[in-house]
Amino acid sequence: MSTAPLRLVPAQERGVRIPSNESVPSIDSEAQLRSVLASLSGVDAVGLEGRAAKLATRSIKRSTKAAAIDLAISMVDLTTLEGADTPGRVSSLCAKAMRPDPLDLGVPSVAAVCVYPDLVAHASSELDGSSVAVAAVATAFPSGRASLQMKLLDVHEALAAGADEIDMVIDRGAFLSGRIGQVFDEIVAVKEACGEKHLKVILETGELVTYDHVRRASWIAMLAGADFIKTSTGKVSVSATPPTALVMLEAVRDFAETTGRLVGVKLAGGIRNSKDAIRYLVIVNETAGSIWLRPSLFRFGASSLLNDLLMQRLKQQRGAYVRADEFSGD
Amino acid sequence: MTDQGLVSSQLGSLHYEPALESSSLARLKPSYGLFIDGSFSDPGQHENLVTLNPATGETLATVAQGSVDDVDRAVKAARRAYENVWGKMSGAQRSKYLFRIARIIQERARELAVVETLDNGKPIRESRDIDIPLAAAYFFYYAGWADKLEHAGFGPDPQPVGVAGQIIPWNFPLLMAAWKLAPALAAGNTCVLKPAETTPLSALILAEILQQAGLPEGVVNIVTGDGSTGSALVEHPGVDKIAFTGSTDVGRLIQQRVASTPKRLTLELGGKGANIVFEDAPIDEMIEGIIDGIFFNQGHVCCAGSRLLVQESVAEEVLRRLVRRVEQLRVGDPLDKNTDVGAINSAEQLSRIEELVAVGEGEGATRYSSSCALPSKGFWFAPTVFSNVAQSHRIARDEIFGPVLSVLTFRTPEEVVAKANNTKYGLACGVWSEKGSRTLWVAERLRAGVIWANTYNRFDPTSPFGGMRESGFGREGGRHGLEAYLNV
Repeated sequence: MSTAPLRLVPAQERGVRIPSNESVPSIDSEAQLRSVLASLSGVDAVGLEGRAAKLATRSIKRSTKAAAIDLAISMVDLTTLEGADTPGRVSSLCAKAMRPDPLDLGVPSVAAVCVYPDLVAHASSELDGSSVAVAAVATAFPSGRASLQMKLLDVHEALAAGADEIDMVIDRGAFLSGRIGQVFDEIVAVKEACGEKHLKVILETGELVTYDHVRRASWIAMLAGADFIKTSTGKVSVSATPPTALVMLEAVRDFAETTGRLVGVKLAGGIRNSKDAIRYLVIVNETAGSIWLRPSLFRFGASSLLNDLLMQRLKQQRGAYVRADEFSGD
Repeated sequence: MTDQGLVSSQLGSLHYEPALESSSLARLKPSYGLFIDGSFSDPGQHENLVTLNPATGETLATVAQGSVDDVDRAVKAARRAYENVWGKMSGAQRSKYLFRIARIIQERARELAVVETLDNGKPIRESRDIDIPLAAAYFFYYAGWADKLEHAGFGPDPQPVGVAGQIIPWNFPLLMAAWKLAPALAAGNTCVLKPAETTPLSALILAEILQQAGLPEGVVNIVTGDGSTGSALVEHPGVDKIAFTGSTDVGRLIQQRVASTPKRLTLELGGKGANIVFEDAPIDEMIEGIIDGIFFNQGHVCCAGSRLLVQESVAEEVLRRLVRRVEQLRVGDPLDKNTDVGAINSAEQLSRIEELVAVGEGEGATRYSSSCALPSKGFWFAPTVFSNVAQSHRIARDEIFGPVLSVLTFRTPEEVVAKANNTKYGLACGVWSEKGSRTLWVAERLRAGVIWANTYNRFDPTSPFGGMRESGFGREGGRHGLEAYLNV
């Protein structure tokens, strides 16, 4: 063993240091996966929640707030995931996504529109020629309770209809019963089906419950090839929370430092106002850093958030709030 | 940014526009007299001291230099109040006043936070979220004890001590006043409080609050001044008890002076807290805990985790993450709500820190200091971490009382206990591990008054606080904190 004295890191290496060559370890057995997960540090819930609460006290005003609002708009996956969704509703959502405020062309487009697979073709034609991507929830969303065959079929259909991004769910039952190899293999299979298309892996953190679980599930997803890890389906009572976001951002940061591979984070469910969105951007800023402050690596899955961002944006410009009805409902 | 095959994601790259709390909220007067027997004396009748804003070096106000005669008047007022009013009052009545004081502190919290930040240099985030709410919490907590003293475990009818002389430091001016006054008053004593020379203002606002609460005259007297004022208080024969928080050197002097008198004494002195990190510690929260342990309040904390003892197997990784995190600390205007580390309280303290840091470099330790820009006016010191520190180095033994961390390594639990205890102090330690049995094994063997597990620098009115060996004796806070102010 080396007993060399400790050295301090040089100045240029003080941020998050990401090797420029990717080398994600290939996982060949459940035992190997288990040993990787066992090497992860535990999470102290009290400390984690304390850190998240402290970051929430950052005071983001004026020019910083204006910049953060525009950044947040560009990170929105404008979402509708209802049984009552129709082509008409999706059309109106797509119009909103491309041009969130028709009176101000300075407002950026959102990142994507997120729909069920059967509406992908419609959304895709509405968004044709725009920068807005079509994301489809697949793999028996939201419960994930179907055979792998069914899940893959779901994915293939969404891709065939023109989806640019797939939001899959993990099998929480398998994860919680310790069948982590199965969780891993399903993600690998879905990523294979996706090819170059972006895969977001929904952990459904509200069902995993503990932060240790969230950290391990994040690593399983990243090792299996996820392009994004995502908190929630929005269909269970607990969705994205600041401590959960913090744990996942620590995971993508550490994964990038270890493997050179950048994985994005998507927060979904319950993010309704600009204040919360900006607080999340502060967590990104101070945990994973500059590289993640862009729509290719950080997203908000939301619907009503967009109008609040638009309202705050106008407030910044005019110094006063406008009526909610100044903005279209969807 | 690419460098040698590395891409760097810059932390904190999003520029936060300054979000300044308004200094006018402080509503400071140009000069303050002494608060004796329920009213303020005319500042013109005293010699004056100037109190500065350490972040700018500008004068905030002048306060009176309390003389031997002033201390005598204050002690006599306290004695009268003790014998005629407060000592006779029922516990329930006393608690009514304490609850009132607590509520008014909450009502005037914003003003108090600004005053504290202006006078001390600490970030407004800390004075707003920690100092002031905790000060109110101590009054609330001890208000609850005032009518229950016979159930506190000190006998069926515990009696107050009499007149307490209380001398407090500059690092948590209002909070230390609350730690001293609340239990003393709850137990039925009257007080003469001597705030620190460089941070007298929040205690004077507290005097206004005591007036507002209708506290009977003379129950609390606040005499500002320098060391000679404190000395007069210690020497005064009419004082029954001295409670001092401050440096070990001054504490030793006080103990000599009090020896051979009937005065009772509690001392809360310096420390060189060991923050112990085992290889299985929750790494992200542990890094935050190390940061809170040493950079909270610019390291002006007697229980600061100023020695980091890290298991050698994880030392490189811990140090790398720690330095990265230190680099992220936002150092600057204490009134900016986004500031993490504020100003050093005085020129004198700054020169002590500079001197010890120079010693550390001379001893051969490796110094890393944050590359943050420091303001040109006022007293500032960049957050600093020393690695390659040996147990024999002065920076591992002497209290620096500034934002300077010394990092040492260990191999086994036995070794870390020996290293942690190898200090003349014994105030606080932290233990970081996911293994509860080992945390308890280590905690049982550490000779320190406070042991934190997987956290650091957490305070609560229900929890006793105090030291061993040269960190002093006596406990403040909790049920234990009553004992110092009761004849038991």
